[in-house]
Amino acid sequence: MSLDTIDSLPNAGSVERWTRSSRMAVWGSMIVLVGLAFVPAAFGAGAVDRMTALFIYVIMAAMWNALAGFGGLVSVGQQVFFGLGAYFTVRLADKGVDPFFSIVLAGVIVAAISYPLSFAMLRLKGGEFAIGMWVVSALTHLLVNLDGLIKGETGTSLISLNAYASGDRRAIIFWLALAAMAAILASLFVLLRSKTGAAIQAIRDNEEAAQALGVNVMGTKRLLFVLAAAGIGIAGALWLASATSFQPKTYFSVQWTAYMIFMVLVGGIGTFEGAILGALIFFVIETWFGSLGVWYLIGLGLVALIFSLFLPRGLWGAIENRFGISLMPVGYRLNLPAKITKEKAQRQGE
Amino acid sequence: MINQILQGVMLGGYYALIACGLAFMFSVMRIINLAHGSLAVASAYLIFVLTEKAKLPLAAGFVIAMIAMAIVGWLIQRLILDRSARGGQLLPILSTFGLSMVIDNSLFEQFGADTRSLANAIGDLSWASWELPGGIYLGKLPVLIFATAVVLLASLQLMLSHTTLGRAIRATAEDPDTAGLMGIDAAKVNAAAAAIAMVTVTIAGMFLAMRATFEPYSGAPQLLFAFEAAVIGGAGSLWGTLIGGIVLGIAQTVGASLHPLGFLIAGHAVFLVILLARLFLPDLGLLPAKLLNRTKFLYRGDAA
Repeated sequence: MSLDTIDSLPNAGSVERWTRSSRMAVWGSMIVLVGLAFVPAAFGAGAVDRMTALFIYVIMAAMWNALAGFGGLVSVGQQVFFGLGAYFTVRLADKGVDPFFSIVLAGVIVAAISYPLSFAMLRLKGGEFAIGMWVVSALTHLLVNLDGLIKGETGTSLISLNAYASGDRRAIIFWLALAAMAAILASLFVLLRSKTGAAIQAIRDNEEAAQALGVNVMGTKRLLFVLAAAGIGIAGALWLASATSFQPKTYFSVQWTAYMIFMVLVGGIGTFEGAILGALIFFVIETWFGSLGVWYLIGLGLVALIFSLFLPRGLWGAIENRFGISLMPVGYRLNLPAKITKEKAQRQGE
Repeated sequence: MINQILQGVMLGGYYALIACGLAFMFSVMRIINLAHGSLAVASAYLIFVLTEKAKLPLAAGFVIAMIAMAIVGWLIQRLILDRSARGGQLLPILSTFGLSMVIDNSLFEQFGADTRSLANAIGDLSWASWELPGGIYLGKLPVLIFATAVVLLASLQLMLSHTTLGRAIRATAEDPDTAGLMGIDAAKVNAAAAAIAMVTVTIAGMFLAMRATFEPYSGAPQLLFAFEAAVIGGAGSLWGTLIGGIVLGIAQTVGASLHPLGFLIAGHAVFLVILLARLFLPDLGLLPAKLLNRTKFLYRGDAA
């Protein structure tokens, strides 16, 4: 049934995209973003660095969620784009490109690499895609080690950042991370609300059915794959800028994917808000328990395992189910008139 | 060159050992167990503790570890995989990934970063070798591993073809609902299959510990090797894992002779090249299956 027919039915409800709470949420998040821009002026170096890390986590969670939650593509090798983003930043900066411009350019290069890669990898299904990406990451890691500039596992640093005073540098990286997060979340939001977004959500819900209805499944998945690669590439580049040193082992570590999986699983896979919530939760947990080292990692794995078994739609999925709230509406809501709702409730009660 | 190829073939035996459990679980439950490598390393630690700390003979340590791992496999299937598989194809990937994180880091917590080995427990077997004509030395341990792989694959196949459990496993793999109508309890059969897979994992873990050193995070590379061998050989085919393992092993030993990083690079590269080749020549993917048609243990879809 098309949306028009629902509207034309006598006594039927109305269809809406925006609710009062979601309008408030979108305006609220814009105000928060603008407010965040003033953090470097008001807070110390430690707080600015931590906030930068949070923005990077949000980008990574949103991108892994775009791929897994919306595209149905679970990858255990997304660290390949994180590592490549950092690697190309170092490489470009070494060639004399401004280090901050290198970050943006690295994101573009990673996207360009991911496009041909998608033709091979998207043929793989389910778990084969997941580990296949891991193999790609392992191979890329080794190849990056062959680059003389990197000096194997010793690594190198983004030396050209030294041209900037440390306070300015920290603020610029903060603003870049904030701008990247805002731009990536905004484009994902717009994308999910577009016609392609409808296709994406159809694929998420049932791939075969979407295909049968004429949705271009492969093209849509490719779009998500490239978007996720670019976003995670920029995340890696930003991480490098704030950490300055590049060791291939750190950047191509599967740990990054573990973090992404944790954030998305706990926050709520397949929902726009869930990934952001997951990144916030992860950030808090890391701040509190990160110093516990290996026990912290055991805990992360255990929580991810428990969520996958008992709360597979994550915290946001549970909240949405229970209260019917949607702050960042990417779908349509059907408001049934009281009479129909009541009848339905009665039928269910019987 | 002949030497490297021969060593590569022997190494392929080890990869077949580690891959056959992964392929077995994939063909029966349609699940790729991302904790597969971590479980192999965990069983290596278990044997290490039983022989080095509890001073048991190696054979006793191995048997105890095998029984323990079979129980672990049963429990993982009942408590984790059964449940997450109901949530669709993607959840088991996430559950088993979470499980591997727990296993790896728990091992690190318990044993620290030191590398371990069972080389002490096997005495001169770790370096003894036969001299072949042409000045080629063939290690006794690699030959033992290769022979074990062949025997294990053959016994798995005999079990699947000739026992009640084997028939139940094949029926469940083919169509769990219809098998259920015939009175087969799919959950129990899957748990038994997981237990069998963990027995193969224990054997692989033991040989991993004998032929090389291992540390708490060795699980990830083992998973990748197992996966590569299984996919090269045609996922879901038991004897295919031996072919895939040999291809992978030869690529690695030849690669190692060319460059210090060549061992790993060539292994991953040959996997991706074969994957790409199959996209353009789809018939190639069926080649191992065709060659093995008589011995292939599971007949899925039109292959029957």
